[in-house]
Amino acid sequence: MTSLVIAEHDNASIKGATLNTVTAALKCGGDVHVLVAGNNAGAAAAAAAQIAGVTKVLHAEGDGFTHGLAENVAAQVLAVAANYSHILFPATASGKNIAPRVAAKLDVGQISDITKVDSPDTFERPIYAGNAIATVQSTDATKVLTVRTTGFDPAAATGGSAAVEVLTSVGASAQATFVGSEIAKNDRPELTAAKIIVSGGRALGSSEKFMDLMTPLADKLGAALGASRAAVDAGYAPNDWQVGQTGKIVAPQLYIAAGISGAIQHLAGMKDSKVIVAINKDPEAPIFSVADYGLVADLFVAVPELTAAL
Amino acid sequence: MKVLVSVKRVVDYNVKVRVKSDGTGVDIANVKMSMNPFDEIAIEEAVRLKEKGIVTEIIAVSCGVTQCQETLRTAMAIGADRGILVETAVELQPLAVAKLLKALIEKEQPGLIILGKQAIDDDCNQTGQMLAALADLPQGTFASKVEVVDGKVNVTREVDGGSETVSLTMPAVITTDLRLNEPRYVTLPNIMKAKKKQLDIFTPEALGVDVTPRIKTLKVVEPPKRSAGIKVPDVATLVAKLKTEAKVL
Repeated sequence: MTSLVIAEHDNASIKGATLNTVTAALKCGGDVHVLVAGNNAGAAAAAAAQIAGVTKVLHAEGDGFTHGLAENVAAQVLAVAANYSHILFPATASGKNIAPRVAAKLDVGQISDITKVDSPDTFERPIYAGNAIATVQSTDATKVLTVRTTGFDPAAATGGSAAVEVLTSVGASAQATFVGSEIAKNDRPELTAAKIIVSGGRALGSSEKFMDLMTPLADKLGAALGASRAAVDAGYAPNDWQVGQTGKIVAPQLYIAAGISGAIQHLAGMKDSKVIVAINKDPEAPIFSVADYGLVADLFVAVPELTAAL
Repeated sequence: MKVLVSVKRVVDYNVKVRVKSDGTGVDIANVKMSMNPFDEIAIEEAVRLKEKGIVTEIIAVSCGVTQCQETLRTAMAIGADRGILVETAVELQPLAVAKLLKALIEKEQPGLIILGKQAIDDDCNQTGQMLAALADLPQGTFASKVEVVDGKVNVTREVDGGSETVSLTMPAVITTDLRLNEPRYVTLPNIMKAKKKQLDIFTPEALGVDVTPRIKTLKVVEPPKRSAGIKVPDVATLVAKLKTEAKVL
């Protein structure tokens, strides 16, 4: 029994989500290998080799991997898949994009968003926006899994000393080409890894007010910024800030929701936070049912007051 | 060019589901069922492509119990030209649905196949990608914009740090994200017209597909409940509690 973790990386380093996925892989039992498919990804491969618990790193190089196109990464995974009983991806946009292609070509089912490993073939996962937890068992010889990173502690980034094996890379698909991207660059912690998140809802009313009110609070707390779907749909916050069933799943130490009513779909993304604070002027807002501390107040008064008090 | 759109009948997104006390699953008896919201967005996108003259025929497909015909009639009321039901009482998982859709795209030869990115019941987010792999097609998942240009399709995708655009040869598989479009309201005249549109029914056997589930559900439970919180009277109290009681500041 051996697991393969498909690394999330930027060629220079390994992203945090990979570490949580390694922990899940270790719980499946057996050795854990990591695949780094990239372009000039030597540094990422070397970093993967240091992850505690990893015994081998497979390194594939190619232009087709520069932007992580699913058609190409999946083909690379398939080239080595026969050696593995478990193939794990973090449940990030990238992992979710690629994993099912691998499963389908192997003619096996996929289990998405596992939050717990009960045994090598049995896992827990949320369904119905996290309103139910299913324990499911794979009957296939190869288990293809995506891992909800909030369900597993990250493996230590150092302490390991795996061998790095260079693979013969598969060629790039002619069917898909990367055109461009718009990725925000900022100094804030990444939303899915942040210890503190401050999140705004549609009540903020405009993107200027969203930034004016929420940014100083986030700065004071060293927090990441999140948003409800309604706020993103209205254009007050960018799409990658959306927390919820179909957006980011987060579980920070502290989640502060300002002007967010607390629809089921939003709660699905944040209800595993350690401490939840809600600021909303509607005392009946559903968010108060999950909040540890609820402040019924006008956020335009309360949020600046909170920022000043910190 | 034909476009094939897959639509799933799911528990309505407004329903707060209840877990059965015997742990066998979620109680969906007598619960309101609707088209998966992401699939409504998929049908809407197909209709807009038809309105632009890029697509000539929209075929809606649903797999499952006979009541999925209602979901297909809704798709046709939004603007699909005809519907196909693959009827079975077997629990369908994404791999099986992908195989059924592959059999249908071999029959229908569409230039585009559009699916919702995930179903809000099982939250799997797999079917579109599986179909693309089985049919050896490229994929544009989590689409927030779709543009057909010079015989290729450019798909702008929502990804973790923002968005990216990929260019795909056709046929291609696209899965829709929330902000791709806002589906139109279904009008009564269109609901009436939809009743007369063609709806064909197949079985998995007729399509040569084995839909046996691969994943067994052993039990379904409620998530751990959070203990009730308190209301604080003012910001000062909130800050004090976060520092001394919750110890998160």
